Amino acid sequence: MAVNERETIYLEQGWEIMQKGIMKLKNILEGLPETGISSEEYMTLYTTIYNMCTQKPPHDYSRQLYDKYRESLEEYIMSTVLPSLREKHDEFMLRELVKRWLNHKVMVRWLSRFFYYLDRYFIARRSLPPLNEVGLTCFRELVYQELKVKVSNVVISLIDQGREGKQIDRALVKNILDIFLEIGMGKMDYYENDFEAALLKDSAAYYSCKASGWISEEDFCPDYMLKAKECLKQEKYRISHYLHFSSEPKLLEKVQYELWSVYASRLFGKEYSGYHALLTDHKVENLARMVRVFSKVPTFLDPLTNILKQHITEEGTALVKQAEEAAGRKKANKKDVGLWQQVFMRKVIELHAKYVAFVNERFQNHVVFHEALRKAFEALCNKGVDGSSIADLLATFCDNILRKGSSEKLSNEDIEETLEKVVKLLAYINDKDLFTEFYRKKLARRLLFDMSANDDHERSMLMKLKHQFGVQFTLKMEGMVKDIMLAKENQTSFEEYVSNNPNANPGIDLTVTVLTTGFWPSYKSFDLNLPAEMVKCVEVFREFYQIKTKHRKLTWIYSLGTCNIIGKFEPKTMDLIVTTYQASALLLFNSSDRLSYSEIKIQLNLTDDDVVRLLHSLSCAKYKILKKEPNTKSIAPTDHFEFNSKFTDKMRRIKIHLPPVDGKKKVIEDVHKDRRYAIDASIVRIMKSRKVLGHQQLVMECIEQLHRMFKPDLKAIKKRIEDLITRDYLERDKDNPNLFRYLA
Amino acid sequence: MRRSSTKKTGQPASAVSLNSSASDLFRSASSKATSKELERIDQLFSTYADGSSGLIDPEGIEALCSDMEVDHTDVRILMVAWKMRAERQGYFTVDEWRRGLKSLRADTVSKLKKALPELEKEVRRPSNFVDFHAYSFRYCLTEEKQKSIDIESICELLDLVLGSLYRAQVDYFVEYLKTQTDYKVINMDQWMGFLRFCNEISFPDFSNYNPELAWPLILDNFVEWMREKQG
Repeated sequence: MAVNERETIYLEQGWEIMQKGIMKLKNILEGLPETGISSEEYMTLYTTIYNMCTQKPPHDYSRQLYDKYRESLEEYIMSTVLPSLREKHDEFMLRELVKRWLNHKVMVRWLSRFFYYLDRYFIARRSLPPLNEVGLTCFRELVYQELKVKVSNVVISLIDQGREGKQIDRALVKNILDIFLEIGMGKMDYYENDFEAALLKDSAAYYSCKASGWISEEDFCPDYMLKAKECLKQEKYRISHYLHFSSEPKLLEKVQYELWSVYASRLFGKEYSGYHALLTDHKVENLARMVRVFSKVPTFLDPLTNILKQHITEEGTALVKQAEEAAGRKKANKKDVGLWQQVFMRKVIELHAKYVAFVNERFQNHVVFHEALRKAFEALCNKGVDGSSIADLLATFCDNILRKGSSEKLSNEDIEETLEKVVKLLAYINDKDLFTEFYRKKLARRLLFDMSANDDHERSMLMKLKHQFGVQFTLKMEGMVKDIMLAKENQTSFEEYVSNNPNANPGIDLTVTVLTTGFWPSYKSFDLNLPAEMVKCVEVFREFYQIKTKHRKLTWIYSLGTCNIIGKFEPKTMDLIVTTYQASALLLFNSSDRLSYSEIKIQLNLTDDDVVRLLHSLSCAKYKILKKEPNTKSIAPTDHFEFNSKFTDKMRRIKIHLPPVDGKKKVIEDVHKDRRYAIDASIVRIMKSRKVLGHQQLVMECIEQLHRMFKPDLKAIKKRIEDLITRDYLERDKDNPNLFRYLA
Repeated sequence: MRRSSTKKTGQPASAVSLNSSASDLFRSASSKATSKELERIDQLFSTYADGSSGLIDPEGIEALCSDMEVDHTDVRILMVAWKMRAERQGYFTVDEWRRGLKSLRADTVSKLKKALPELEKEVRRPSNFVDFHAYSFRYCLTEEKQKSIDIESICELLDLVLGSLYRAQVDYFVEYLKTQTDYKVINMDQWMGFLRFCNEISFPDFSNYNPELAWPLILDNFVEWMREKQG
C-alpha cells in the first residue's frame, strides 16, 4: 500500500495494540501460561510502530513512543520486579536478581525489536540514547542503584565464607558480578566503585585479622610464611573462578601487603630492639624465606633492605669507633700507630665479604639488596677515620700485604683473595684518584728499596685494578714496574761498560735505577754535596748514559738512594746499610773526628729538616753510630757529633732506618691539583663538542666523565667554569645566564 | 631649542629607541641645525681641555664638575661618561665630548647640569641599566689586558653604581667581600652576576636562590655566608 493511502493511526489506538503485545511478553516472563509471540503478532507490532512514526505531523508520534517505551519498562520494574526483590534476602535475593536481570534483558531485546524503527531514524536524528541503552539504564537506575550495596555485601560475605573453606555457589557469584560488569555498558566504573573497592577493603581487613592470629608468641613463626604462601595460592584460584581478571593484581597486592605488614610490624616492632637480634642463622633463614615470597614485589622488600643497610652502617660505625679509640690510645702511649689501621681495614674488608655472601646466597642475589649494600658501603667508605681517608688506609693496607717482612703472615691464596676483596671495596670509594696516588707512592718505595715480597702478587694486583677500573688507572704504575725491569737490563750494560773501560771505573760498586719522570711520584731533588767518592760514580754513569741516549736529561734523586758502608769500629768491622744522605753524613767523619751541627749542614747542603732527621737516625735511635754532645734525645743546632768507635752489635750487618717524610699532605695537594686540571680538560672537551650547553647539563656530563676516578665537587666545577670564562674558553650567553657557549 | 618638526625628518617612527641611539637620531638629523651647537660644544671642550694633549684630563673634569656643582665622584659623572661612551677613565676625547653633549642637547655648562636628572632617568631604565652596569666595570679597567678589579675598588664601585638602587644588598655584599679571603679580584662575569642577583633574588631570605644554577660561585658563597649570619 502506498503511504498516502494509509489511514492515520492515532496514538491511543496504536498504543492499545502495543500494550497487548507488551502484556503478553510480561506474562511469558512471569511464567504465566501464554503462547509465544507469533510472526504475525510481531509483524503487526512492528508495523504499528512504523506507521505511527512515518505519519505526517501532527501524527508523527516518534517522541511519544520513545517515551512510552521507557515508561513501560519502568512500570514493569516498579510494579513487579522491585517488589519481588525487596522481599528476598541473602543468597535468595541474589538468585532472584540474576533471574530478574536475565528477564529484563529479554524484555529489552523484544521491546527493542518492536520499536526498532525508532532506533533507525528518530534516535540518530535527535542524538538520543538507543533503545537498548534506555532499557538497561532503567534497570540500573531503579533496581541496581537501590540494591547494589546490599548485593555487594552478600557477595563479599559469600567470598569470605569461601575463604573459610565453606562450599559456596561460585556460579551465582560469577553471575552477580557479571551484572556489575554489564550494567556499565562498556565502562568498568560500576564494577570497580560499587563492588571491587568494597572487596579490596574487606579482603585487607580479613587477612589482617587472620595473619595476626598466626603470629605466635615466639619470634618468627616459621609456619607463617608457608601459610602466607598458601593463602595467596588460594586467592589466585578463587579469582580465576569468579572475579573479573582486572581485579587479580589489585587483590593479590592487597592481600600480600596485609600479610606482609602484619609480619613486618611484629618483626620491626618494639619487641625487636636492636638489629643484632636480626642476624642469627635462624632469623636469616626466615628473612630469606620472606625474600623468596616477596621477591616479585620489590616495594615490600623495602623494610628489609633498610634493615640490611642499617645493620651494615651500625657495624661499620662500630668499627670506625673502635679504630679511633685504638688510635687515641696508641697516640697517648706514643707507640707505633700502624697496627690499628691494619686491623680496621681487615675488618672492613671482612664485613663486606660477609654481607656480599648474605645477599648472594640468602637474599636471592636480589638487585634491591645489592643496591642497599652498595649504598651502605659507599657511605662507610667515604668517611674518614682519625683524620685519614679510607683511600689512604686501603693503600697502606695493600702495602702491608705486599711488602717484605709484613706483619701479615698470609699464604699465596690468601693474599690473592684479599687483594680481590680490596679491589671490590675500592669500587665504593669516591676518591679513587687519591687511592691511586697513595698506592703509587708506596709502590715506589717497595720497588726502589727492594721491599716487594713477591713480584707475582704485585703484577696480579695491577692486573686486577686494570681489569676493574680501566687501563688509565694503572698506566703509570705499570710504567714504574717496567722501569725497574729495564733498570736491571741497564745495569748489566753499565757493568759491562765499566769492565771494558778501566778509566771509567768509579771504584765503588754502583747501581743506578733510571726512572721515567711521568710514571713515578714527583720527588724533590736537593743539591746534596756528595762525598768525593760518589761524585765520580755520578760522572761515570752520566757518560755511560749519554752514549745510550742523547736527548734525555738525568736528575739525581739522592734521597732515594741506599749505600753499603763498611764501618771500622774498634770491637769489630761491620756493614752498615744506610741511605745516601746518611752515608754522606757519615763519610764526613773520615776527615774530621768531631763536627758541629752547622758544619754538617753546610757541608751537606741540605735543609734543617733533612739534617735533623738523618742525624737523629744516626745518633739518637736504635744504633748510635755517632756520639752526640749533649747526649739528649733530640737534635739541636748547637749539638756536636763524633764518630762512635766503640759501637757494636751482635749482627755483622745492620740496616739503619731513616724514617720517610710524611708526604701525605703533599699527596693530597697534588691530587687536588690534578683534579683541577682534569675538570678543566673535561669541561673544555664537553663544550668543544656541544658548542652550547646549559649549566646543569654541563655539570652532569662533567661528573659522568670523571666519576671513575673521583667525585667532582659541584663548587669545584663551578670554579673551573668561571676560570675558563676568564681565560676566554667559554662565555655566558647574553640572554640566558644559565647557558654557556664555547669560544673557539 | 629644536622644533619638533625637524625631529621627524627622515626618521622611521620606531627609531626613537630606549638607549643612546638617541644620539644617532640627532646626528643624522639635518646638519644645519647642529652646526651652531657643535661650535659651542667645541668651544666648551677647549675651555676644559689640556692644550698639549688635546684631551680633557682629570683636572679638567674636576673643573667641569665644580662648575656643574656636582662632586666628581658622583655617579652622574659616570653616567655622563657612559653617554659619551668614554673609553678611558679620567679623560674625554673631543669625539666623546661631542657625542655626549650632542645627545644631551647641552652646549653650555648650565644646560649640561639641567640635563642630568633626565639622564639619570634614562640610565635607570632596565634595558639601559644593564649596559650602564657593564660599562662602569669596563671604565675602571685602567691597564691594558686588565680583566678584573681589586676588591677595594669594587666595593666603591658597587656603592657608586648600585648603592641607590639596592642599598641593602650592596651593603651586605660589600661586608662579605671585605671579610672573605677566597677572592682577591672580581671579574666582569661576577660583576654582571651580582646585578642579576639583585634583580631576581628576593632579599634577604633568598628563598628563590638555587646554587645548582649557573650563579657565580662567589654569590653561592655570599648566600651561604648570609644564611649563617642570620642564624
